[in-house]
Amino acid sequence: MSSSVTVPESALPPRGAQSFISRLKAGEEIAYLITLTAGVTIFLITALVLYELIAQSALSRHKFGWSFLFTSVWDPVAGNFGALPFIYGTVTTSLLALLIAVPLGLGAAIFLAEMAPPKISNMMTFLIELLAAVPSVIYGLLGIFILVPVLKQSVVPALKSVFGALPIFDGAFYGMSIFSAGIVLSVMIVPFIISVSREVLLSVARDQREASLALGASQWQTIWRVVMPNASTGIMGSIFLALARALGETMAVTMVIGNTPQIKASLLAPGYSIAAVIANEFTEATGDLYLSALVELGLVLFGVTFVLNGMARLLIMTTAQKGAHK
Amino acid sequence: MKPSSTIKNLVNYTMFAVTGLCTVIAVGILFFILGYLVYNGGKSLSLSFFTNLPAPVGEMGGGMANAIVGSGKVLLLATLIGIPIGFLGGVYLSEYSSERIAFTIRYITDLLNGVPSIVIGIVIYTVVVHPMGHFSTFAGGVALGIMMIPISVRSTEEFLHAVPQSLREAALALGAPKWKSIVTVVIPAAMRGIISGTMLDLARVAGETAPLLFTALGNQFWSPGWNQPSATLPVMIFTYAVAPYEDWHRQAWAAGFVLLTLVLLINVTARLALSRGTYVPRG
Repeated sequence: MSSSVTVPESALPPRGAQSFISRLKAGEEIAYLITLTAGVTIFLITALVLYELIAQSALSRHKFGWSFLFTSVWDPVAGNFGALPFIYGTVTTSLLALLIAVPLGLGAAIFLAEMAPPKISNMMTFLIELLAAVPSVIYGLLGIFILVPVLKQSVVPALKSVFGALPIFDGAFYGMSIFSAGIVLSVMIVPFIISVSREVLLSVARDQREASLALGASQWQTIWRVVMPNASTGIMGSIFLALARALGETMAVTMVIGNTPQIKASLLAPGYSIAAVIANEFTEATGDLYLSALVELGLVLFGVTFVLNGMARLLIMTTAQKGAHK
Repeated sequence: MKPSSTIKNLVNYTMFAVTGLCTVIAVGILFFILGYLVYNGGKSLSLSFFTNLPAPVGEMGGGMANAIVGSGKVLLLATLIGIPIGFLGGVYLSEYSSERIAFTIRYITDLLNGVPSIVIGIVIYTVVVHPMGHFSTFAGGVALGIMMIPISVRSTEEFLHAVPQSLREAALALGAPKWKSIVTVVIPAAMRGIISGTMLDLARVAGETAPLLFTALGNQFWSPGWNQPSATLPVMIFTYAVAPYEDWHRQAWAAGFVLLTLVLLINVTARLALSRGTYVPRG
């Protein structure tokens, strides 16, 4: 028996160093230290990511300062770097994606969490989780060969005939564009909005719903006036999470955005995003300044997604706790 | 019935239909993706895809045998790096840490999980590739390994949490030291969940492309050992899809089909294993 192996507490010298050693012998401290090391490693890796981005972008940061973010010349030959066209492309594609994905995703989340019969809801949720698992390069592949031709042949001509007068649908459409990238992104973030919002809705306390239904409200009135307001912080969080994902998405965007550093009012014009320029130019970057400018773009991306994710997690946690306390 | 309640019901049914339609659209996208990949990929897939090296530009045929092996090697290394750290970190969170420390580590883990994959690629380039002086399978494995850690931590912790407290107490009451109760009682009870979590984690990084672009790079030939640039399936899909050659596009579809089948198969298996007979940790 194991109890016969351990030394009785009273036989040991006073606490302190000795008791540490005895616990060490029992394996307790070793197990603790091993797992603690793994926990600390996660900190260290995150710190390393931040440190490397800051250190490796020093050259570019010192040379251009804040103007890096506000100038739009990207000239590797002359050693002049400004990130504005990339920031513009990243932000427009992501906002366009949210515009499409948020209504669609929230609608589906409400259906799955509140309205669908449990069996259907489980089945659909399973399929949505599979959709979230599709690798981004696959979305890019479909974007290039399926979505862009469809947009070119039917969708964009139709849009132009209705909204052609608007500057955002101005100019020729060659397929690769901010518009195409935004649509591919929207498809990619829908499953995230659905699954996070669904969890948030489910975490709203049950008695809130019952009270509303008991007062004679319909199911939809309950959802709209009681559940949604309760879940709004968490849903905001899910949108932030999706936005962070869209901003950092690389492959699918690189494949359909057109990779042209310019700022045009028209969504139909090709553009460029931060992640895409890093993906395309990093291995070809000659010279320290060029590389350093690309790393600084990475730092910008890291900073923005870090803040967005940080806020999103807090918002989601707040909603979950509110539900748990009641 | 009062008119107001008719309107109320009408709105209710309309919204049921509208939100249901949203769901159908989202799920429809999955079948749309599957359909196109099965159709275009299946058409382009042949045995030589699995056995041959990529053909030089202009020559027809060829396969991606080297990319399949390359992906396997990178993923193996990633698992060896990511899973031990993630697993032990999860054990620490669930069994050892105080609530405040657990909160902080969990938060940092979620943030690390949200770091865009291309940024991980940059960091591995500056930390591994640059000092070594060349791109390598090893660097690719490290990049994906780091990406595996956050999910591994969170899923391990979640499944350990779901193990009833009474099991721990029973083990301790029998005189087992805490570590022994964790190793022989708690972890085995959560094992199925942890393995499923690991599979899902693996499926996620198997499709990652961006962090491999400047770590494993790519290669038209075999890449023996761990120190040379290596082809991987996702990067091949990217390179072949954006290239201007018709035959390469076919290869990209075939590779996409293989990759997607692999990823979805792992997902379905892991999720089914989870839904059967284990705790599904919720709330």
